[in-house]
Amino acid sequence: MKIIVCIKQVPDVTEVKWDENGSLIRTGLPSIINPNDQNAIEAALVLKEEKGAEVTVISMGPPQVEEALREALAMGCDNAVLLTDRKFGGADCWATAYTLGLAVKKLGGCDLIFCGVEAMDGNTAQVGPEIADFLDLPLLSYAEDIKVGDGTVTIHQNLGDVTRVIEGPMPALVTCEKELNEPRIPRMDLVFSCFDKEIMVMGIDDLEGELANFGLKGSPTRLRKVFSPKRAKAQVEFLEGTPKESSQKLVEKLQEINAI
Amino acid sequence: MTSTKDISAHKGVWVFIEQFEGKLTQSTLSLEILGEARKLADKLETELTAVLLGENLADTAAELIQYGADKVLVGDAPVLANYRTELYTDIICKEAEERKPDILLVGASATGRDLAPRISFRLHTGCTADCTELDIDDDKKILVSTRPAFGGNVMATILCPDHRPQMSTVREGVMDVPVKDASRTGEIIILDITAKEEDARVKILEVKKHEAASVNIQEAIRVVSAGMGACTGECFDSLKTLAKELNAEIGGTRPVFESGRIPHEVQIGQTGKTVRPELYLAVGISGTVQHTTGMSNSKTVVAINKDPNAEIFKFAHYGIVGDAKAVVPELIDQLKAAKG
Repeated sequence: MKIIVCIKQVPDVTEVKWDENGSLIRTGLPSIINPNDQNAIEAALVLKEEKGAEVTVISMGPPQVEEALREALAMGCDNAVLLTDRKFGGADCWATAYTLGLAVKKLGGCDLIFCGVEAMDGNTAQVGPEIADFLDLPLLSYAEDIKVGDGTVTIHQNLGDVTRVIEGPMPALVTCEKELNEPRIPRMDLVFSCFDKEIMVMGIDDLEGELANFGLKGSPTRLRKVFSPKRAKAQVEFLEGTPKESSQKLVEKLQEINAI
Repeated sequence: MTSTKDISAHKGVWVFIEQFEGKLTQSTLSLEILGEARKLADKLETELTAVLLGENLADTAAELIQYGADKVLVGDAPVLANYRTELYTDIICKEAEERKPDILLVGASATGRDLAPRISFRLHTGCTADCTELDIDDDKKILVSTRPAFGGNVMATILCPDHRPQMSTVREGVMDVPVKDASRTGEIIILDITAKEEDARVKILEVKKHEAASVNIQEAIRVVSAGMGACTGECFDSLKTLAKELNAEIGGTRPVFESGRIPHEVQIGQTGKTVRPELYLAVGISGTVQHTTGMSNSKTVVAINKDPNAEIFKFAHYGIVGDAKAVVPELIDQLKAAKG
């Protein structure tokens, strides 16, 4: 069985800080493998151990994404593919899915593609379902449990109001939830040997795609602006004094405006 | 994949409506979007179409006209009873290619976030996920979508200038449910559904409805919300007492959810719920954008935090600088005293 896991290297946005002007400091954030993608890797490695599988991890991004791929190798993945090219830059979800989908084709396809449900920086949850559509694969999203049978894959799908058990024929694409598993930490012996492994690098010329569909040029969406969320219009009124005094004032204020 | 040419032929605003067992879902998300889409359609002087797929939908389709739709596209067949990505994608893409909508909006629910990207890829168009604000650019007459980005730390405004339909998914709880108007009239269009059960590659083996959450924090009139600053010692327990005294529901931030003190259903913020109560009492919450995204439209906000420079005070109408541990018990006493 061949499994391809699509991963993204993301800045750890839970560590975001602001400068004194209230602007976001984007530099210096630690880079990690997107948390849901770690669940996807773990799911593939569990299947490798249980049923035997060759696990290939692929990622698109700048050259430093190699770090994330080496980490995935150290977790136990067999092969790593880096999709990097200046012409991939500025890709939105559509162009990202297009590029990753072409890479899967180039690798000769597989039995299962695992993606994380969403990336912690963008939170769009779109790339997985879009790859499935590009490759015309059944989509089994929000997996909290994965079972592979004879040519089929069955998942527990958390759809919010309901949980469903759904089954599709392989090849199929599965998106992985946090609840699926506890990702392993890289093994010490593999951490050393992962640096001996060769990472396959692919650029735009290695993929058989239409040039107009890559990167910013191939992205239907356009960013108009980025801004800090609007502040509440009302100026805060501080209620001063001891805890007792300020509490008393607050109760009075809330009574005045009929909030209690 | 369709080409990007001739976008001028695309007209009208479409909204995908979620149903469960033929009825509108308990969540009002689809209606919230329908209400907002009505405003967008009016700005563009165009028609609003609701897209409804499922089984036994006659009553629900009529209801959607009362809620503001001009037309309802109805796909009514047993094979569509339960949502399935591919069948729904096939039908919506086929209709969209024929009827050429300008805008297609979908809820940012689990179902909508599964469906919308697949449609947008096939139609070769852009989809902006999890929008909290939608508008029309007055000059270009195109959709302007705003969403939290970078883990909810900033907001981004996104356009889809050259591809149609312009797609967005919309977050729950940020837009108003429209008022039902029984006098409205519209057209119900029944689609010819040719898909059969054997066409569906993905089979549904089991559907388990989650037990209804005991509280719907989005309907609460008052919310007492806990941050990690309200979780030391017995402080969290006294917050529960405070909530009871205020007749409020208790919610909290993501770290408080992760600490196991509150269920995910009442986590407020970017990765949780969006609330707009009459009174929002933020206790021991620093006010990261991740959190304030989910509460900034509350009517009255009170913040209690020991750091006078905490971001949360920028969202608050009333602020108390102090340790939650000391203030909360006093506040409980004062509320009791005020009640007499």
